[in-house]
Amino acid sequence: MRAYFQAVGAVIWKDFRAEWRSRENLSAMLVFALLVILIFNFALELDLQAKASLSAGVLWTTFIFAGTIGLNRSLAVEKDRGCLDGLLLAPVDRSVIYFGKAIGNLVFMLLVEAIVLPVFSFLYGFPVFHPGFLMVIVLGSIGYAAVGTLLSTMVVQARTRDILLPILLFPLTLPVIIAAVKASQGFFQGLPLAELSVWVNILVAYDVIFLAVAFMVFDYVLEE
Amino acid sequence: MNDQPLIQVNKLVKRFGPLTVLRELDFEVFSGEFVALLGPNGSGKTTLLRILGTLSRPTSGSVRIASYQLPQAGAALRAHLGVVSHQPLLYGDLTAEENLTFYSKLYAVEGDRIREVLDLVGLTNRKNDLVRTFSRGMQQRLTIGRAILHNPRILLLDEPHTGLDQEAGEILDSVLQAVALEGRTVLMTSHDLVRAASLATRVDLLSRGKIAASAPTSELAASDLVGFYRQGLQEGAGA
Amino acid sequence: MKAKPKALTGLDILSVVMILVAAGLVFFYAPVEVMMGAVQKVFYFHVATAWVGMLGFLVAAVAGVLYLRRNEQRWDILGHSAVEISLVFFLIAIIMGSIWARPIWNTWWTWDPRLTTAAIVELIYAAYLLLRSGVDDSERRARFSAIYAIFGFLSVPLTFISIRLLRTIHPVVIGGAEAASQGGFNMDAPMRTAFFFSLAAFSVFFVDLLWHRIRLGELSASVDSLRVKSYQEGR
Repeated sequence: MRAYFQAVGAVIWKDFRAEWRSRENLSAMLVFALLVILIFNFALELDLQAKASLSAGVLWTTFIFAGTIGLNRSLAVEKDRGCLDGLLLAPVDRSVIYFGKAIGNLVFMLLVEAIVLPVFSFLYGFPVFHPGFLMVIVLGSIGYAAVGTLLSTMVVQARTRDILLPILLFPLTLPVIIAAVKASQGFFQGLPLAELSVWVNILVAYDVIFLAVAFMVFDYVLEE
Repeated sequence: MNDQPLIQVNKLVKRFGPLTVLRELDFEVFSGEFVALLGPNGSGKTTLLRILGTLSRPTSGSVRIASYQLPQAGAALRAHLGVVSHQPLLYGDLTAEENLTFYSKLYAVEGDRIREVLDLVGLTNRKNDLVRTFSRGMQQRLTIGRAILHNPRILLLDEPHTGLDQEAGEILDSVLQAVALEGRTVLMTSHDLVRAASLATRVDLLSRGKIAASAPTSELAASDLVGFYRQGLQEGAGA
Repeated sequence: MKAKPKALTGLDILSVVMILVAAGLVFFYAPVEVMMGAVQKVFYFHVATAWVGMLGFLVAAVAGVLYLRRNEQRWDILGHSAVEISLVFFLIAIIMGSIWARPIWNTWWTWDPRLTTAAIVELIYAAYLLLRSGVDDSERRARFSAIYAIFGFLSVPLTFISIRLLRTIHPVVIGGAEAASQGGFNMDAPMRTAFFFSLAAFSVFFVDLLWHRIRLGELSASVDSLRVKSYQEGR
């Protein structure tokens, strides 16, 4: 058991270490996110009185797109130098790879979100440091990273890897997007948590179901 | 106890969709042997190595390594295997030492072993350099270091000399010889007849998914090698 | 090549006959609905094809699970065939829905739960086919397709619930007085007959097409096999 957690920790440590050196992934995600917000700003002509609904949507769209970049690159690193084999050769269960990568992807997403949120709050005047809202951010990101990591592990082995991930991922993550946007809207409008609980429940249900299924199915993704 | 081969393969078949690569292959390696596996491209050498390394599943047939039966035994067996493939399995953005640290955590290996291994492969003075900056020869040496980090009983090497210049190749050879002296069992695929014969205790020829010929190197002079190879191929084609 | 089984020919004939009968029932037997007029007749085929479209999704997911457990190619062929056929059936359902919606709601498309979910399912089907075309190795392709079919199938209920919680104007079709104001209607006996018969006819039609498509898939697989064998001999 201890070896299992140590191995998961090793994968995460390795990704952080490598990312810290080059910071390519994080900066790409961050710049992309900020650009998307900028584009939305002009495309939708949001002003400071902008409806809460639109802002929540812009925010989550940004996170989804930026997340895709991170997901793709995280697995591309492993595939390109054959390092996936290195992970497969370790004397641990295959799920170590899944959890190690998924947690790493999640943390990178959260890091980008942590930087984008204050910028967003600054630009549009919405309060973002509300614990309920932050919980929604985390729950949504977990669901997205859970499914995204599994799919990107599949996609990285395909020929059309670059375009395939968003096409496969987006339809499956709609419950997350819908629930997260509705909940975020609610928090922006100052609604009490009790009213938003249905959306939070959907997020939790999604996270639990898909983490479990991904865990069960992951072996098959790496089999040869 | 050990007339039993360490690695025993019986009637191994491997298919990739409609393509059959290994056809009821029978193969054995005894403890302490250094076997060189030769054969033309596409004969199935890499496939066999990947199956033995638990990276690939057999379609049918039996594969036993020590007391482990593949494919079930997976994780426990891998602790005893060291694999070197075509690709370096190294992270370019990490230093040599960091790469080894990562793998040592995966294999639950103690810290000083890293220093030992760096020494063995002659990379101690480059340990803080990014692997991105390494030449192919250095990467290959580091890769072998990665493979022996956890002291595996069995080493599987897939054409490790590919792309190395003369000097790098010689360094690799001395590392391999040192490693073999430590009593490990080694299976190495190769295209280089002479080099293979100089390192190995036994030479096998894999052709069209089956073993076509086998001979101990003590009985094969350098001049016999090409003949051994050609003849084996002909017999394999006839089978 | 396997000759076409007699049963399949029989099924072909049965499907055509049933659809013709269903059409007859729909156009001549069932009464014209009071509120919506003749266009309401689209409903029978619309629901039937939509039902079959969802059925295909279920078949693909189950075939996926079976493939992962048993590693037999035929489950992959089944799943692939089911998705392809359901893609077309669902498209027909969506188009028919549009035809129905235009006179009733005065718009070709609405973002209501059922319609939106149908569009999403179509996109998942399309993504499935794109995934298949991007993977060259047949076993890997089968495995990935199976996994995606399972994931897709699991996500749809949650998606539907989420959208439903957002809003609805799709008619709650069967029963209820307030249903009429939403564009719903009560079904009397002849309508029920037409409805269930259409449902049955399209289900039979689905199985018929599926069988044809599976045969095509098997044929394609043996062609691949032969081609690869000829490469090996030629060496």
